[in-house]
Amino acid sequence: MPVFALLVISKAGSLIYHRTLPTSTSASTSSSGSQPATGTLGLPGTTSLTTNDYLVLAGTFHGVHAITKNVTPKFLANSASSSDHPPAPTTNGVTGKASSFRYPIPDAPVTGIESLESSFFKLTVFQSLTGTKFLLFTDPSMPNTDGLIRGIYDRFADHVCKNPFWHIDNPIRLDGWERALNQFLFRR
Amino acid sequence: MAKPPSSASTMYSSPTYTQGSRPSSSSNPSFAGAGLRVPTNRKTIYDRNLNRSRNAELSRASFAFLFMEMVTYAQKKIKSVSDFEKKLNEQGYPLGMKLLDLLLYRSSPAGSSSSSSTPAARPLRILPLLSLINNKLYTLLFSRPADSLEQDTADPSKYMIIDNTPLTNTYISVPKEMSQLSVAAFIAGIIEGVCDGAGFQCKVSAHNQGTDVWPNRTVFLVAFESEVMEREKELERQGVK
Repeated sequence: MPVFALLVISKAGSLIYHRTLPTSTSASTSSSGSQPATGTLGLPGTTSLTTNDYLVLAGTFHGVHAITKNVTPKFLANSASSSDHPPAPTTNGVTGKASSFRYPIPDAPVTGIESLESSFFKLTVFQSLTGTKFLLFTDPSMPNTDGLIRGIYDRFADHVCKNPFWHIDNPIRLDGWERALNQFLFRR
Repeated sequence: MAKPPSSASTMYSSPTYTQGSRPSSSSNPSFAGAGLRVPTNRKTIYDRNLNRSRNAELSRASFAFLFMEMVTYAQKKIKSVSDFEKKLNEQGYPLGMKLLDLLLYRSSPAGSSSSSSTPAARPLRILPLLSLINNKLYTLLFSRPADSLEQDTADPSKYMIIDNTPLTNTYISVPKEMSQLSVAAFIAGIIEGVCDGAGFQCKVSAHNQGTDVWPNRTVFLVAFESEVMEREKELERQGVK
């Protein structure tokens, strides 16, 4: 299964849910002797993280997300060269010129980091309107991560938000949510 | 409360035509009394045709959020799990009483839109009552019949209605410390209301018996009173169906 892990971060920046999913090779123990332990975020061959590590990771990410929202590059509105590369952040209106800066798509709301890719994993981030962030770590070749994260958000709205025993920004410890996630992530 | 008494009486009397006022064709709401808003043609919800909402559907999410608040409300006031179930049961009970009347009205020729239906008899025996609940009531509430009906072999006064996916439990996972609670106690209250309304005193409770395939499988245990069982025996003897 190319999905490695899911993290849910509350509006305040605390980790409310984390789950690493076993990679397909570790499911079948009859294969060659090397037991790839589900290590860092489920990636084989790395050391595993403790719960504390996940908490630190979530808090750090929350900060990074907020920072990236503020350093989203703006275009020089008058310039004709606003094609591929927006100007570097250091030229953000500090020069005192009369030209104005605007975002590439003026009407869309500014968001923080939305995806991060490396050769080992791809991180997709979805922030709901209420500020809850969903982080999904998948294989870099995985298509349609947007659809996946939408599906996860749907199940969150169903099994977590409609549950009277869960209060907002609490850690999620609900059977219904786990079952729905299992069905969604493993059935595809 | 300085309203003249005449306007107060128009609020509660039958909407036809007091003081020579004819209902206007517009339905703009106007204040007819202290807080109750009545449309200018004086037609309230009680005047609507009962079959108007026959095929109406409700959004599952709306019900889920409303029910979630009901559970939270009950949780604030109770001290033990059985009180919790009792509170939910009490909230469903009046629904059951009214649903019984609605079901029977809709299956009688006076109420149904199709002309070919036979008049529905009120259930006089236990089995017809339970089939009414399993089929008609469930179809009215959840668009599907209940999954099965069983009788307890050890105690013939206890019957079990089984539902694999009760609507109240779909989105609610009870925490471990309250694992005996089943929020389907609300549906149990509805069933109890129907049975009591039909003249069969009983107590209905909801028990969670999840299986792998159906983790929310719920058994509604219907325990009839001894008077009902005696009457059953007598009716059996007389051959009343």
